[in-house]
Amino acid sequence: MIPPEQRMLPAVKPLSRDFWTGGEKGELRIHRCRACGHFFHPPGPICVRCQSFDVAAEPVSGRATVATFTVNHQQWLPGFPPPYVVALVELEEEPGVRLPTNIVGCEPDQVEIGMRVEVFFEQWEDVWLPLFRPVAQ
Amino acid sequence: MAAPVPPGGPMNPLAGRAVISGAGQSQVGRRLGRDGLELTLEACLRAIGHAGLTPADIDGVATYPGPISPDPGFSGGGAGDVIGGLGIRARWYLGAMETAGQLGPIAEACLAVATGMADHVLCFRSVWESTAQQNRGRAGVLAGGSQGRGRADGFYEWFAPYGAMSAANWLGLMAQRYMHEFGLTREQLAQVPLNARRNAALNPNAVYRDPLTLEDYLGSRMISTPFCLYDCDVPCDGATAVIVSRREATAGLPQAPITVEALGTGMYERPTWDQRADLTTMAAHDAAHSMWGRTTLRPADVDIAELYDGFSYLTLQWLEALGFCEHGAAGRFVEDGERISLSGELPLNTQGGQLSGGRLHGVGMLHEACVQLWGQAGERQVASEPAVAAVAAGGGPVAGCMLLTRNG
Repeated sequence: MIPPEQRMLPAVKPLSRDFWTGGEKGELRIHRCRACGHFFHPPGPICVRCQSFDVAAEPVSGRATVATFTVNHQQWLPGFPPPYVVALVELEEEPGVRLPTNIVGCEPDQVEIGMRVEVFFEQWEDVWLPLFRPVAQ
Repeated sequence: MAAPVPPGGPMNPLAGRAVISGAGQSQVGRRLGRDGLELTLEACLRAIGHAGLTPADIDGVATYPGPISPDPGFSGGGAGDVIGGLGIRARWYLGAMETAGQLGPIAEACLAVATGMADHVLCFRSVWESTAQQNRGRAGVLAGGSQGRGRADGFYEWFAPYGAMSAANWLGLMAQRYMHEFGLTREQLAQVPLNARRNAALNPNAVYRDPLTLEDYLGSRMISTPFCLYDCDVPCDGATAVIVSRREATAGLPQAPITVEALGTGMYERPTWDQRADLTTMAAHDAAHSMWGRTTLRPADVDIAELYDGFSYLTLQWLEALGFCEHGAAGRFVEDGERISLSGELPLNTQGGQLSGGRLHGVGMLHEACVQLWGQAGERQVASEPAVAAVAAGGGPVAGCMLLTRNG
């Protein structure tokens, strides 16, 4: 994947600030329920499993598995040339929690469902974008 | 055929009180250069006329999505535009997007006539995306979104930073997972667009009517794996309207009333493109499950199926969701092409769907089901005189479906 010259950045909001800025300290931060321990994404004010309001972002390992992916061949955005891999990765801590992301650091045709990946961050203005790359074998 | 387990509740709550008494469509095509509201009003007047009514008889209006238009050409006007344009004295009206997909406002119209809120509800869906987007192309529309003007919000907050701007990406993710789990092949997936093109050849209003072969399909450019160009529907200009009537108000009208047997309106999980517990199902399964709980009919009773094909894979999802085949078996269900053909056991997307007929956004599927049940489909008429039709619209977190019968 050619690194994009431009990305459309997310609207950082109170509930999503931890997710988009945790990378400044090298942390992938995911919302978790303190009552039942459930991780969930996107962040919200209530646990989607037990309905507790006692929820907050906390750091996770950043290790994940590719649940699925698509190789995009169409240019949708200026400064973001195809091909590139869009994936949903499932957190090691809780596989049902998926993050949309890009898989980089390998050719698109090397990406497979089940591949183990790890997070790294790319800073764009006030956002540290979580991206994933294959775990070194 | 496998029937999903119904959720209980009153069997057949509509009790045959809501019927479809007429249907109409505007000119349909690419880059017509006509105003969206003009197309809307053309379709509405044709539907009213087809039902043997005049605008003075219409006392309700319902539409998706209303006058809002997130993308250029996505809406050819709201309920208010039609009330004003046709001089309708509406006792009940609705324009809505957060509902059971593109069919949601029509489901609401059924409830309105069933409860006596209105006698004849004019329901429409209108798009003019081909003209509105002609100078920039499909991709240009999305690129013009919030780029340079702000930041990605709503669910785009989670997808846009990664260049996942299109439903081709979001649904490509789901289709790829499905292929991984169930072994669906591109050759099987191709049967949906190939069937659509064969049927479109018999539909004078279809956008693409030239023959399409498997080789054409496999040789076309990729959009977002596993979807190639022919897996994506074609933006067009066109409006569709149907009249939903209170059964008792249809005496003496020219068209045999089509009974709305059941509505599928369920949403059992968070409406997301990425967090559904099972990535190989969609909100379609919730809608279908709720529908089968409201009727004693079963999938085996259905004669024709008009199932949304904004992307080819969505039709396969609907086939499974509605119980026409087991989960994971849709590829094998369609692979010979014969079963879903006009002479097969389950004729599918008989007007060419949206893949070849044009992206009329869901309500075109309902129009086609009605035309087939009335026996008015011309060259593409299913010869076996279909009496029961399944109609579905939407993909991902968007879903609604209907079951129609000719002899209510």
